[in-house]
Amino acid sequence: MSAPMLSVENLGASYGAAQILYDLSLNVGRGEVVALMGRNGAGKTTTMKAIMGLMAQSTGKIRFDGHDISGRQPYEIARLGLGFTPEDRRIFSDLTVLENLDIGRQPPRKFSDGVPAPVWTEEKLLALFPNLGEMPNRPGGRMSGGEQQMLTVARTLMGNPLLILLDEPSEGVAPLIVELMANTILELKKAGVSILLSEQNVHFAELVSDRAYVLEKGQIQWNGTMTELAENIDIQRAYLTV
Amino acid sequence: MSFNAFLFQALNGLSAASGLFFVAAGLSLIFGVTRIVNIAHGSLYMIGTYIAYSIATKVGGAVGFWGGIVLTALLVALIGAAIEILLLRRIYRAPELFQLLATFALVLVINDATLCIWGPEDLLGPRAPGLTGSIEVLGRRLPTYDIFLIFVGPFVLWMLHLALAKTRFGRLMRAATQDREMVGALGVNQAMLFTGVFALGALLAGLGGALQIAREPATLATDLIVIGDAFVVVVVGGMGSISGAYLAAVIIAEVKALCIGLGVVNFGGFTVNFSKLTLVAEFLVMAAVLIARPYGLLGREQVAVRSVAEPEEPLRSATAATKIAGLILLVVLVCLPLIAKNSPYTLVLGIDVLIAVLFATSLHFIMGPGGMHSFGHAAYFGLGAYGAALLVKWFAAPMGLALAAAPVLALVGALLFGWFAVRLSGVYLAMLTLAFAQIVWAAVFQWETLTGGSNGVLGVWPSVPFDSRGAFYFLTLALAALGVLLLRKFLFAPFGYAMRAGRDSPLRAEAIGLDVKRVHWLAFAIAGGICGIAGGLFAFAKGSISPETIGVSRSIDGLVMVLLGGIQTLTGPIVGASVYAVLQDFMMRSTEYWRALLGGIILLLVLAFPSGIVGGFVKLISRRKTTSKAAS
Repeated sequence: MSAPMLSVENLGASYGAAQILYDLSLNVGRGEVVALMGRNGAGKTTTMKAIMGLMAQSTGKIRFDGHDISGRQPYEIARLGLGFTPEDRRIFSDLTVLENLDIGRQPPRKFSDGVPAPVWTEEKLLALFPNLGEMPNRPGGRMSGGEQQMLTVARTLMGNPLLILLDEPSEGVAPLIVELMANTILELKKAGVSILLSEQNVHFAELVSDRAYVLEKGQIQWNGTMTELAENIDIQRAYLTV
Repeated sequence: MSFNAFLFQALNGLSAASGLFFVAAGLSLIFGVTRIVNIAHGSLYMIGTYIAYSIATKVGGAVGFWGGIVLTALLVALIGAAIEILLLRRIYRAPELFQLLATFALVLVINDATLCIWGPEDLLGPRAPGLTGSIEVLGRRLPTYDIFLIFVGPFVLWMLHLALAKTRFGRLMRAATQDREMVGALGVNQAMLFTGVFALGALLAGLGGALQIAREPATLATDLIVIGDAFVVVVVGGMGSISGAYLAAVIIAEVKALCIGLGVVNFGGFTVNFSKLTLVAEFLVMAAVLIARPYGLLGREQVAVRSVAEPEEPLRSATAATKIAGLILLVVLVCLPLIAKNSPYTLVLGIDVLIAVLFATSLHFIMGPGGMHSFGHAAYFGLGAYGAALLVKWFAAPMGLALAAAPVLALVGALLFGWFAVRLSGVYLAMLTLAFAQIVWAAVFQWETLTGGSNGVLGVWPSVPFDSRGAFYFLTLALAALGVLLLRKFLFAPFGYAMRAGRDSPLRAEAIGLDVKRVHWLAFAIAGGICGIAGGLFAFAKGSISPETIGVSRSIDGLVMVLLGGIQTLTGPIVGASVYAVLQDFMMRSTEYWRALLGGIILLLVLAFPSGIVGGFVKLISRRKTTSKAAS
């Protein structure tokens, strides 16, 4: 097997005196969708932020597409083709849909082996998310939660990422949007984009993921294929169901 | 005043508004994107006036004047970019207020650099070639240059709007104003963006300065005057709103013009001299606007900045080592008169330092644990000082009574001002406190019959048995130590926990039943009261008090002391005040360019200890502890 797209070794992260992540290791292969499962507060978002370089204090080694990205600036990491879609979406509310997309724009890129990555344009994305196509000039602040969720994914895609850190895309949006998100993830996977997906909902993760890591108290408690996790009621009861 | 004269003043106001707008717009853009309150923005404006003067007089003619304005704007933009790259970029991860400290140090350095290059005299530039005439408007002569200025303001406003809406740089600026971390996570190099914004802001300041040379001489006092005005404009208009800045600039310039135009007016036997109000007019406008619209005319509630700095560590009560160190320090201070028997000046300096310590500690009380960044702590210092001095002057009160009245008056003032201030947060709170301090200052300055105006109150000497220097030193030491310990007691009482809870998470604090505003209001009042003691002591130590000792620079001194020591520790303000007071004293006596030297030292300290002197040491020690733990 070739080197993974993203490999995280012994990641630790803290907020001030409070350590959130301990010795966390995971990897995501090329074209793979990997679920990072766990309850609220397990450390899913912190893991993603630490990978993206957004945690002031973190330790460990992170490699992405052949580059060591530990301790690098978020913008440098993004420019290597790592996309980040935050859970709270962080849409620029003063900017219109098209302007939001423009902020995410980066030039087309290639994988380190020279294969070109999928290229996204405003037209393609507005076609992928028809709701956005109907409101190109609406300010982000006046969109529904589901519309914002689509926009944040579309904005990340404008950077033509090789891998996306997708933080809880199904949280707090209508069932219709959840379905759309699942389809989008499969669509991206087909196009060759890898995804690390954070999720609490086993059913959603099962629809789209190949493998899963289960997180609790900032540590990986279990990992295996998604099918194994879906069948393992004990693990689900211990770490996932509320 | 006739209606025509009224309109004429209004036109005058419009031409003054353009200059104000340029500086304020730049300040607002820089703050929006970088969250840096650039105190040196007035200095950039000032450099603009001097550079434009030099080009206009050296080159001469229309090329020198108009070409000089363009060239000046570009040069000042370069200076702004250099400041961002060489200085501010290194401290973006430091607490926000530290960046403020750094820009204040720049003010000092730039002022002295200007003094060194252009000398102390005011420099009057040439008239604008092609616009030297005047036309008759409403029966009076209005210079054509003023008419030109009236149109330049809206034109630049329009250009800025276009740039923000239509260019990628503009869009990035708007996005970063809202969430700069997310912009970074989308692959945008913030450093480039910040440099660009700084250059643009500096360009506007330089342009504003350059355009003024045909109206007013270039002078060294410009920097602080302009920054004060620009703050007011930005806050009244709403942080980050360019249109708001123009609107506010017009309103303030108009109010000032009207005050001058109205002059002395008789209201049925009651005379009001409106032209005296110009000093406070803008601050009255600001206070009124902030009370009615807490985020300015066109501003919106500030989005909490996602801080890149580490969250604040909880305060720890003094360890045995700290207590012993404190005790030793106290013993040394008690023995100081004996140690320094042969140099009476040491005691004078000692009194100054102790007063500074009390002043800074009371400010730190609301800034650190309270999270309220007051830019106007001089108000309570002034109320205390004048309260004591006026009692002595008008009622020949004994010193004990006057000193007891000082904190009471300051407390009452702080209760009044604090009630409004705690309703705001962040920069808006800072600006409102500044406005209140300016109002106190202006009242003292203008109310000559009561306060002696600019001459101040003289002959405020300590009475027996404190009339000797040594005795007064002991009194100061006792009061300062008591004040510091009292504030410390508050912080480790439930009241102090409530203060910090309210600072860290107002919503959660409210949810567990704390009245956060009330707690912060009381804290504000307590800090004001203690600060009043420092003011009262100051009046007696100097034997006099004058408006200039309670001006903006005292408030800034307080900020610098607190930040220098480190805002997150309780010993910080004590160390910061001592270091600053001694440094200032030493340098004022040793060189003409003491401001530049002081600024340079502050810059070095900021770069070396981004969490303050004490914070830096604490970090060093804790790092050593963890490494020794790891080793064992």
